[in-house]
Amino acid sequence: MCAVLEVLSPGAMASIQDFGRSGWRRIGVPRSGALEPGWLRLGNALLGNPEDAPAIEFLAGGLAVRALELPLQVALAGHFTAELVHAGGRRRLASWRSVCLKPGEALRCGSLAAGRVGYLALTGLAVVRHFGSASTYARAGLGGVDGRLLAPGVRLSVAAGCGGERLLRRPPAVDEAPIRVVPGPQDDHFDAQQMATFFTQAYRVSAAADRMGIRLDGPLLGHRPEKGAEIVSDATVPGSIQVPGSGQPIVLLADGQTAGGYPKIATVITADLPRLAVMAPGQTLRFAAVSVAAAEQAARAREAELQALIAGIAPLAEAGNGDPQAIYTANLISGVVDAGAADGLPPALGRSPGER
Amino acid sequence: MPLRQPGAVLNYRILSLGDAALTIEFGEVIDRRLLAAVAAADQALLQAVAAGQLPGVVETVPTFRSLTVIHDPLRGTRSEVEAAIHAVLRQTAAIVAPRGRVWQLPVCYGDQLASCGPDLDQLAAACGLGAAEVVRLHAGGCYEVYMLGFLPGFAFMGDLPPVLARARRSEPRTRVPAGSVATAGSLTAIYPWESPGGWHLIGVCPLPLFSPSWPQAALLQPGDRVRLRAIDAGEFAALQAAAPAMRAAAQPPLAFLAAAAE
Repeated sequence: MCAVLEVLSPGAMASIQDFGRSGWRRIGVPRSGALEPGWLRLGNALLGNPEDAPAIEFLAGGLAVRALELPLQVALAGHFTAELVHAGGRRRLASWRSVCLKPGEALRCGSLAAGRVGYLALTGLAVVRHFGSASTYARAGLGGVDGRLLAPGVRLSVAAGCGGERLLRRPPAVDEAPIRVVPGPQDDHFDAQQMATFFTQAYRVSAAADRMGIRLDGPLLGHRPEKGAEIVSDATVPGSIQVPGSGQPIVLLADGQTAGGYPKIATVITADLPRLAVMAPGQTLRFAAVSVAAAEQAARAREAELQALIAGIAPLAEAGNGDPQAIYTANLISGVVDAGAADGLPPALGRSPGER
Repeated sequence: MPLRQPGAVLNYRILSLGDAALTIEFGEVIDRRLLAAVAAADQALLQAVAAGQLPGVVETVPTFRSLTVIHDPLRGTRSEVEAAIHAVLRQTAAIVAPRGRVWQLPVCYGDQLASCGPDLDQLAAACGLGAAEVVRLHAGGCYEVYMLGFLPGFAFMGDLPPVLARARRSEPRTRVPAGSVATAGSLTAIYPWESPGGWHLIGVCPLPLFSPSWPQAALLQPGDRVRLRAIDAGEFAALQAAAPAMRAAAQPPLAFLAAAAE
């Protein structure tokens, strides 16, 4: 039985994403897929879905959806609050939970408390797959709904019915540690002083941030004159940090190009790329160099952490004493405000005092 | 460089692209011998992946001068993947990269419609030539597709007449229109999609270059050769109007194959 979820507003930008497509970079098709695949997995786990089921990824909040004739279930993954609009009024919900939408009920996702990305996980979403993935890559019209970003009025076919609502007992922490990178492959285009600048100075996510990449504001990086600012194009990956002739670093993300002719100073490690990909314009960050072996260890640690979070999913009624939703909301919001009180910014926006 | 001749063993170094990819680099320039080495390594590694000898390897990405191997760090460590790659490449000899079809693609240059090639005059000035001469030289070339990448169906082609070779723009544009015919260094290309880009834009090709409806989604394949034909604004408009139907068709626009392969 299929229910229909109508998109009332996509907010700033919303698209269908799963884990993306692999095997096609050789013809220039990027992976695409969720900017934060861990949060997609958490959303899917809250619904009992396969971990790679396609979901709505939204940037910067404002997504609003409504259930039409049949009840359906969604899950909220990301650091945001939402409002359930029903016949009798409105109810505020924290994220990291599943929720049943009865016919006619709408869900409005508020602005993001941290970062720029949130997920609305869905069960049984029927969308086109291209090259093995439902992920929207709008530039080439692949995946999603007609290969496009979600627009007001789009109707998504999903599974009807509501099981018990579930909650992530412990949401993922907002981690402000430096973004770890493996230097290279073209770090030899930069002298020791430029490398030191890259690894000691703060960078800020500029307004030029989308699913393809993030341009960083901060100290410009000069190329060694004998090596120059161009290479014969070679392959890039999500996480590649290109430095064009302007000296302004660009981090490539899920929809990033598959090859490029600018020297790549470093590559963000698998464990930290989602953390960078969800940063909002204005947020600052620093980079730290690690070895491949350390990066592999970090990838395993992140995976173990995700598994532990998933294991902590519980039916809403059993998640705590009293009203778990109220306790959880209070924790989330007070935590964010208190931690950032020193400089007036929430932790995800401020500089970390205890950078690792 | 006798080590890179077809039939000889491969000469390479391995560079890290983070913890989930590595690049097997055969050289730093555009050179037919490097293309042959890349093709051989690609073929050998794909066979090894199919035979289950490269645990965790997700895909390989051939370029002019390197082969990038993307792998899952949770399914195999870098040292395991590197050891397996060395074992395969020790037994691999360079091959001659295959030659493909010959296309003749229409291009409306910036001397016809300024919006078609905003950088034509600037490039011409940088080359010390008139715009018409740049068009004549560019349209007169026969370009080989060296690799695909950057965007779906984006074909890196070369070589330009040496007099047209100029470095990329230092500040990439945030928006290059789909179909833009562009040059950078010794290369030329047609942007299949609107995207950011740092190449010099000198014309526009109205044909679709990629469609998941076609048996091979990318119109141009490595080894294909491409000739260009300068068209006027009227022909450009007519072809542009026909482009959506070409993209939706079950076959690519084969009418633009040159009459006979050379």
